[in-house]
Amino acid sequence: MNAIKRFLGIIWMLLAPALVGFMFWQAAEKISKASAATKSNVTLQWVIILFIFIPICIGLLIFGYYSVKGYYDHLPESSAEITDY
Amino acid sequence: MGFIIGASSVGTLIEWYDFYIFGMLATTISKQFFPEDSGTSALLSTLAIFAAGFIVRPFGALVFGRLGDLIGRKYTFLLTLVLMGGSTFAIGLVPGFQSIGWAAPILVLVLRLVQGLALGGEYGGAATYVAEHAPAHRRGFWTSWIQTTATLGLFLALGIIILIRQNQGVEKFTSEWGGWRYPFWISLLLVIVSIVIRLRMSESPMFAKVKAEGKTSTNPLKESFGHRSNFKMVLLALFGAVMGQGVVWYTGQFYAQSFIENVCKVNFIDSRNILLIAILFATPFFVVFGTLSDKIGRKWIMMLGMLLGIFSYRPIYKNFLEWTSAANKKEMVDLANTTKAPSVAAIDHKDKKKVLVSTKYDTAYTDGAKFTYTKTDTLHLVSDYAGKTASIGYIIPKKDDPLSYDTVTAKVKVATGTTLPDGVTYASVEKKSAKAGVVVEKSLDKNTFWKLVFFVFIQIIFVTMVYGPIAAFLVELFPTKIRYTSMSLPYHIGNGVFGGLVPFLGTLIVEFTKTDANPAGDPLAGLWYPIGVAALCLIIGVIYLRNKIDTDVMD
Repeated sequence: MNAIKRFLGIIWMLLAPALVGFMFWQAAEKISKASAATKSNVTLQWVIILFIFIPICIGLLIFGYYSVKGYYDHLPESSAEITDY
Repeated sequence: MGFIIGASSVGTLIEWYDFYIFGMLATTISKQFFPEDSGTSALLSTLAIFAAGFIVRPFGALVFGRLGDLIGRKYTFLLTLVLMGGSTFAIGLVPGFQSIGWAAPILVLVLRLVQGLALGGEYGGAATYVAEHAPAHRRGFWTSWIQTTATLGLFLALGIIILIRQNQGVEKFTSEWGGWRYPFWISLLLVIVSIVIRLRMSESPMFAKVKAEGKTSTNPLKESFGHRSNFKMVLLALFGAVMGQGVVWYTGQFYAQSFIENVCKVNFIDSRNILLIAILFATPFFVVFGTLSDKIGRKWIMMLGMLLGIFSYRPIYKNFLEWTSAANKKEMVDLANTTKAPSVAAIDHKDKKKVLVSTKYDTAYTDGAKFTYTKTDTLHLVSDYAGKTASIGYIIPKKDDPLSYDTVTAKVKVATGTTLPDGVTYASVEKKSAKAGVVVEKSLDKNTFWKLVFFVFIQIIFVTMVYGPIAAFLVELFPTKIRYTSMSLPYHIGNGVFGGLVPFLGTLIVEFTKTDANPAGDPLAGLWYPIGVAALCLIIGVIYLRNKIDTDVMD
């Protein structure tokens, strides 16, 4: 199972920037297609979406990195194992 | 333990009630706080404000979670209760767009943000408080009572809205200072009761012990998110459990109601009654799955809930569309000629030789359903009517016999300064084009009504599977001194951001599928968002999470 966790870590690390790229592509497409009357509304919607989901994608990237490094190979059994602070 | 559960749950329930009345009144609110005639755009803007309340929940989790880990659970969630009650009451006092213009939606947005911040601090505190009082082997059972509060808050919101609307009637309810404001004002009373109850509560014994020993965290934010060993658990909680739980929760309850009302066009009362009855029967299952999680572990119950949602959402919603479709019904009586609602004509601002005439008519079906249609005819006038007076007489063809006509004198809605010529009659109409009627509202037959109740109930059962055990799961993942902060953030990102955005993103995705060739778009496309998020979460949860119950959360 640990090998799968580490392999999937690579997938998460690739997925995170891919999702960000997809969102920027969609934002550019939808904003450019919007009519003059709805342009500001559509732009605002996409600014909100990007503002929210980019940090989450960064979180997914870090999650992938931790997976690759094997930090999820063993989950702590008690708080005593959470010791790096 | 009973008092602890009761006192914690009542406060949390009221906070959920405060938070959800906004969403349940989205269609009404969009007409009050945004310019008239902006249609879907106004609804989307309202859903965006609704979603803004969800988006700030993680920030509330950080602010109040930190306070909870520094000064204690009890006083922190007293503060969140006051903020929530005050902001909800104030939303009910904001004048509409007609009175104060754009200040109205801006004020509502600010108050909605305060609501979101308060809720971000509330839930983590209540769940932590109850879990820290509960015996290890019953933690799932006791915390599952807190888990019922979100759904019961929704139930309370729905119930109060329906009661007021049915007593007042639609017109009074939806007027600027009408009954839709009462649920916001009632909140003040509920919050005062809850504060009185919560003042009698004592501090969590675990936190009190940690505090007495001088072991409280000095910087909970840094300890929660600045250190890899804890931060990795925060990420795991988010991506492996809460993210999927959030979308399942909001799809099964909010999106279901929104879809039934806005896409299937089921009327206001029926669409809310469906959810109300489904919630009533499904709510005990939060406790059932919470209790079961004490015996078999939390993980697999939550994963099964997600899996069932992923594979059943599209078939369920496809059936919703088919069951409520006029194409599958046998017409009994055409009420077109018995309907007394006056036709309404509106000018076409782009072409002043055109008048659009809308006529509402009802059609009854053999199964007992009644659908209301709007038929829009376009009258092409011989001359421009700008600058003239404001009354029009015209005729409409009978539905069954297009060669026979009724003569109707309609009041014409025109913009200020734009009027119609005196005595425009059929003779002045050069030609006339007509479109088929469009269903604007449906009263369901009993059979369809109960089928919809059952399949919303099934979706809420998925909700109880993912949500019933999750408070115990999160509490067991983090140590006492940073528990409030650590569990609140992933919970509110998962529910507030991923879950709260389901109605908004679902509606937006459907908008994207609309083209000139297919102006209605794909009504099921919005489901790809919750299905995708739940699928990702399921994979991560199955592979990365463990199923072991942590018996000692005192550390």
